[in-house]
Amino acid sequence: MIHNAQLIKQGAEAKVYLAPFCQRQAIIKERFAKAYRHPTLDKKLTSRRVVQEARCLNRCQKALIDTPTVYMVDLENSLIYMEYIEGISVREFLVTAEGETPEAQSRVAKEIGTALGKMHNIEVVHGDLTTSNLMMRKETGGSVVLIDFGLSYVSNLIEDKAVDLYVLERAFTSTHPNTEVMFAQILEAYGESSKAAKLILKKLEDVRMRGRKRSMLG
Amino acid sequence: MIALGLEGSANKLGIGLIQHDMTTSPPTVTILANVRHTYHPPPGEGFLPKDTALHHRSHILELIRNALADAKITPKEIDVICFTKGPGMGGPLTSVATVARTLALMWKKELVGVNHCVGHIEMGRQITGAENPVVLYVSGGNTQVIAYAEKRYRIFGEALDIAVGNCLDRFARVLNLPNDPAPGYNIEQLAKKGTKLVDLPYTVKGMDVSFSGVLSYIETNAPALLASGEYTEADLCFSLQETVFAMLVETTERAMAHIGSKEVLIVGGVGCNMRLQQMMDQMASQRGGKVFATDERFCIDNGIMIAQAGILAYQTGYTTPLEKTWCTQRFRTDEVFVAWRE
Repeated sequence: MIHNAQLIKQGAEAKVYLAPFCQRQAIIKERFAKAYRHPTLDKKLTSRRVVQEARCLNRCQKALIDTPTVYMVDLENSLIYMEYIEGISVREFLVTAEGETPEAQSRVAKEIGTALGKMHNIEVVHGDLTTSNLMMRKETGGSVVLIDFGLSYVSNLIEDKAVDLYVLERAFTSTHPNTEVMFAQILEAYGESSKAAKLILKKLEDVRMRGRKRSMLG
Repeated sequence: MIALGLEGSANKLGIGLIQHDMTTSPPTVTILANVRHTYHPPPGEGFLPKDTALHHRSHILELIRNALADAKITPKEIDVICFTKGPGMGGPLTSVATVARTLALMWKKELVGVNHCVGHIEMGRQITGAENPVVLYVSGGNTQVIAYAEKRYRIFGEALDIAVGNCLDRFARVLNLPNDPAPGYNIEQLAKKGTKLVDLPYTVKGMDVSFSGVLSYIETNAPALLASGEYTEADLCFSLQETVFAMLVETTERAMAHIGSKEVLIVGGVGCNMRLQQMMDQMASQRGGKVFATDERFCIDNGIMIAQAGILAYQTGYTTPLEKTWCTQRFRTDEVFVAWRE
């Protein structure tokens, strides 16, 4: 369907292709129909998410937060054409020799926290923050880029932003055991860059209590 | 090596006997007995802890006798007694634990307290042969997306409020569907006749889900939707299933993509739902993966799963001393140290 495209990844939401576009390499994100989902529900979710993703990426870009630049949106076919970022994910980075050092982790944590604070300042909630969705740009020697805004939306609610951080925290503790220090550093940097950090971090404490079957000792 | 498993954390009372033949590697596993008795409250009601505990107390001895008769063994041949330590309802848990303690003292056996969720996972792995799957654990009290890493079953996603089975059960009460054999089962049967999809709230937050919004919405609007004549009860059951299961499959897929796993194992009472299994299968085949599921004997709470998880721990030298055999309603899957896996 897409000319000269090479499938590079099948995420949960979409297929990601690498293809030439206007004399450069571009990422094409295709949200394909999910066979398991009722067609009506599928269409509703897909078209909503394509629009939200493009809007949120654009909003971040305008606020100078490093995210992939959107080149084109093809709503009919649920396609978003965007900048190809060369580099590795934070998830991959954390298992490299360099990524295991406290110095590198601390640097990356600071960058992540700052970027997330800025993103929340412009009322963008990512919705699916994991270490797979944080990339490190090769050309700048590993600066952090936020990617995959597939579940993102615009909201000014403290609650939504706190849940956003909670999702990342869970991704950290489940995927990378023993990185509590790094996550604390992310929150520290977040505290400096986010305008409503005090309220959001306080809300995060409430959100943490929400999963079921938590032990309530002490 | 033979283990007796006693389970009664909710309205199912289950007794199981399992044998691990340690002369082969890996051990050859034989299920000697798997008996169950379920407490059904009247339609429109849920099961209350007090009544459920009474049910368990009234039936447990007879059920243990039946299990021993099925297995054709005597108590002497049992090596270890395993019981559910939690999570679950306090009253029902303690009434079963009391029996476990008494038997252990009478028969001079070791005790192993088992995490109910880990029981489900180990039983699912044993029955299906799934090596290292992403586990979707869905029941009346639990909704979790789990994967194993470094000696723990780690929770990647979960319900932030009520469990999916609870959402279905409570909607069954709105429609006054019978609780026999299970409210979720009756919703599933009715949903097969549904055709029209009602637009319901769809709440996914990363790998977490929330069901209280969709339940409130459908509880509030059901009377008007039915009265309008535009939708039938079957349509509502169909819509609820399509929506909440899509949320579950979506988050499971996200966990698979995140971890890079190709296998999914569905466990827990809601895991028997054929529509959920079908949807999961469609998702998995779209990404070249595979689904493992079990039938009601092993999906729905049972004693065998407690025996299986308990015997695995026992083989690593783990036992629960008598003074530590108390039960807990809050016992997270990731609190258990999984010594028996690499």
